[in-house]
Amino acid sequence: MDRQIRRLGIAFVALFAVLFAQVAYVQVVAADRIAAQPANAAREIRAEYAVERGQILAFDRRTVLAESIPNPDATSEYTFIREYPHGELYGQLTGYYSRIYGRSALEQAMNPYLAGTAPEFTTQNLTDIILGRPKKGGTVLTTLVPRVQLAAQRAMGDLQGAVVAIDPRTGNILAMYSNPGYDPQPLSTGTNQEIEAAWRDVTSDPGTPLVSHAFQDLYLPGSTFKLITASAALEHGWGPQKEWPNPHRLDLPGTTANIENFGDEYCRGGAKTVTMAEAFQSSCNVPFAEIGVALGAERMSGQAQAYGFCQTQPTFSIACEDDTIPFDLPWQVGHFPEASYFDNNTAALARSSIGLDNDLTNPLHLALIAATIGNGGTMMQPRLVTEIRDATTGQTIKTFQTEEYSKPLSANAAAELRLMMVSVVSGGTGTAAQISGVVVAGKTGTATNGKDTPPNAWFTSFAPAGSGETPRIAVAVIVLDGGSMGNEATGGHVAAPIAKLVMEAYL
Amino acid sequence: MSASAHASRGAVVAAPRRQRRARTGLAAVLVAVVASLLAYALQAMGLTGERPDNLVAYGIVFGGSSVAGWLAIRYTAREADPVLYPTAVMLGGLGMAMLFRIMTANGAQEVARYQAVWLAIGLGAMVVTLLAVRDIRQLDAYTYTIGLAGVILLLLPVVPGIGRQINGARLWVKLGFLSFQPAELGRILIVIFLASYLSQRRELLTAGVGRLGLPRPKDLGPLILAWGASLAVLFLERDMGASLLLFGVFVVMMWVATGRWSYLILGLILFAVGAFIGYLAFSHVQVRVDAWLHAMDPTLVADEGYQLSQGWFALASGGMVGTGLGLGSPTLIPYVGSDFILAAFGEELGMLGVAAVLLLYLVLVGRGLRIAVERHDGFEKLLAVGLTTVLGLQVFVIAAGVFRLIPLTGVPLPLVSYGGTSRVATAVILALLLRTSSGPWFPALRRKRGATDVPTEVRA
Repeated sequence: MDRQIRRLGIAFVALFAVLFAQVAYVQVVAADRIAAQPANAAREIRAEYAVERGQILAFDRRTVLAESIPNPDATSEYTFIREYPHGELYGQLTGYYSRIYGRSALEQAMNPYLAGTAPEFTTQNLTDIILGRPKKGGTVLTTLVPRVQLAAQRAMGDLQGAVVAIDPRTGNILAMYSNPGYDPQPLSTGTNQEIEAAWRDVTSDPGTPLVSHAFQDLYLPGSTFKLITASAALEHGWGPQKEWPNPHRLDLPGTTANIENFGDEYCRGGAKTVTMAEAFQSSCNVPFAEIGVALGAERMSGQAQAYGFCQTQPTFSIACEDDTIPFDLPWQVGHFPEASYFDNNTAALARSSIGLDNDLTNPLHLALIAATIGNGGTMMQPRLVTEIRDATTGQTIKTFQTEEYSKPLSANAAAELRLMMVSVVSGGTGTAAQISGVVVAGKTGTATNGKDTPPNAWFTSFAPAGSGETPRIAVAVIVLDGGSMGNEATGGHVAAPIAKLVMEAYL
Repeated sequence: MSASAHASRGAVVAAPRRQRRARTGLAAVLVAVVASLLAYALQAMGLTGERPDNLVAYGIVFGGSSVAGWLAIRYTAREADPVLYPTAVMLGGLGMAMLFRIMTANGAQEVARYQAVWLAIGLGAMVVTLLAVRDIRQLDAYTYTIGLAGVILLLLPVVPGIGRQINGARLWVKLGFLSFQPAELGRILIVIFLASYLSQRRELLTAGVGRLGLPRPKDLGPLILAWGASLAVLFLERDMGASLLLFGVFVVMMWVATGRWSYLILGLILFAVGAFIGYLAFSHVQVRVDAWLHAMDPTLVADEGYQLSQGWFALASGGMVGTGLGLGSPTLIPYVGSDFILAAFGEELGMLGVAAVLLLYLVLVGRGLRIAVERHDGFEKLLAVGLTTVLGLQVFVIAAGVFRLIPLTGVPLPLVSYGGTSRVATAVILALLLRTSSGPWFPALRRKRGATDVPTEVRA
């Protein structure tokens, strides 16, 4: 019998060897391929939640916009939960971090850093393994200045719309707020049922809080587009003092429609001619339509492109294929038709020159344009994140440099346009943005918004804009559907006071 | 070694060897206890980030009962194999830690506590078995009684009124508040019966009569009965795993007893036929085979193949060293505490952890077979082989099922996974192996003359 027993022993060793071989195959040889199967997503998500995800901090490096804390429910599968201490205030910028609905905004864009999976973390992760330290994600430092962001939220109050504030010298986003916003907290923590309920709430809200008016949607720019038309004229050598005919209305060739000034008024009391500077100060449509038509489609289209507008065949629904201005978050740059669209369509060119045809923009893009003028004609890339730091050691792991995007204006043209903008605030349509002791440059806009809804009110500005001063903040504001003033709304009355409060908070 | 031990070496060899064995045995138990408590602490820290507040209490109870079990073996089975018990403590402790980890995550920690109680009951069953079976050859005297009792226990779940069908298989018996799987214990009785019967009839079965060399039908009769019982388990209770184990043990014991390959080959053919008929007869067998072959197929991965594919995902996510105890997501696997606890080890302790657990079982198997080789009596040899095979095959069947080498059959992983009856049954197997290895225990004689003076070969 002993022979059989020994053989039986060998047989058991062989059987177990087969088990070892299969374990080695599943756990090592084919492990990556098996673990990467889509059906394994739930486990990946839990693994992700087991890492202490990095913080998102404001520019002051103290104010926490998002952080992970140990789950108070120790029995939960999810070791950490995500907290957004300021809720709705930064919600659209941090985005949500939901195990059901994924990630958005910075949580998505900076995920490799926040989760600590970016290649820059390789050394750190190895050190953590050797020292037995728990793996931590990196800290994301943003450019957001809490007092400006707070001022933007307070200034908007109940009005629907958005504010963007940029440092013209660096492209740093100082504040970016859109109302209505949403609190990422309920989308990111809680039971599946709670998260699903919060998602239903936020997606069924008619104000579409998940979409920021500041940078994820596009609107007719109205008279703020005169900044681009004026830029094109100045670049072409037509100075601020060049005189333009000033009829009451402008006949649009090939159509029965006319271009009228705002409220069908006589520009500057109906003088025979006005200078471009005067027309700019009072935001007269007729002269600017003349300027645009006189410049021609090529120059208008070219100037818009220099400012980063995406050239589209003008169907609103077509998404811009090659986004021009890089940004840390996915965003919509402004649209302006390519020159060929205006062939045999002078009427469209005239309307486009005053921002009322197929041109589209949003507060972020408009703030970039104002910042460019304030920055002497150089457009800086917008920047929301300055650097990534290791959460344990504080070492800088990656820096995001300031970068020039383009130079759409000569320094001379920028200086002239700046003076024109100063006159708007000192004695034109934008006097509501005046700040005592500070020279403010601005431009108003009031864009029709469909037949039955009140207009959208725009204002964009930068300060300080006195001679020899370097502007430190550029702002763009949109108030949707007339805000509190309904059909009577204008950029000067509704949007300019908001821009003033935001600039004051920073200066 | 002390000087006195050296001095006494020539005179009395047994005494210092026994002391050394005892000391290493206790040390091994303590190592197993410490490792188990470490695993228990780590899983809680992995889950919550904090040391479990009941660690000291758990340590005292677990360590205390483990040492108490060792003392009981020292008293009742002095010459017993010193490796079996510490290995079992290690497996039980690791399994307990993993069960606490799984059940805590599932919000059902009391389930793990019940299992801890069952582990203690198993320890008690081991001691009771050692006390009751003072000489393993006592069992050889009741060949048919034990065989009949085994068959009755196997078939008990079929009896209307007390049988319960759970998850397609009819394995449960409910008597009042207590429900258990009698097949687990019935299997042991069948093994005792086979050891007894085969040791008595070896020559007849080996030699055979007639031109074909087949044994006389009279000698084969009880064997056919045992084979019929295993088929009955398959067809009446629909329990593939139990049937496979029973049949495997049966074939292996026949082969070991007779040394005739024809029994092994015949057994394999009969098994193949039985398995094929089972496949054709039962839809739940077809589903399992299908799930086994195509678990990762997109059409099955979320349905029939869900448990198997999640088990594979757990193993693959664990990789070489695992996520760490309490840091993986093994609870994504359905029934992870019973069928798939090995996948939980794979996820959180990695390939190395799984290999360690399997190696512990291989140690049990190796020691069990060593006992079989060391004993001189045919019954004792066959009993040790049978008990070891039940244990080893059971581990292989569930592990290979989890790793998708064979279709999954829901048998528990002995000592480790969820299952009260299984813990008690494994403890009884261990007790019988310990008793076999240590020889008979005569407390009355020992008090006067010492255990080693008792004659070891009573049978003629």
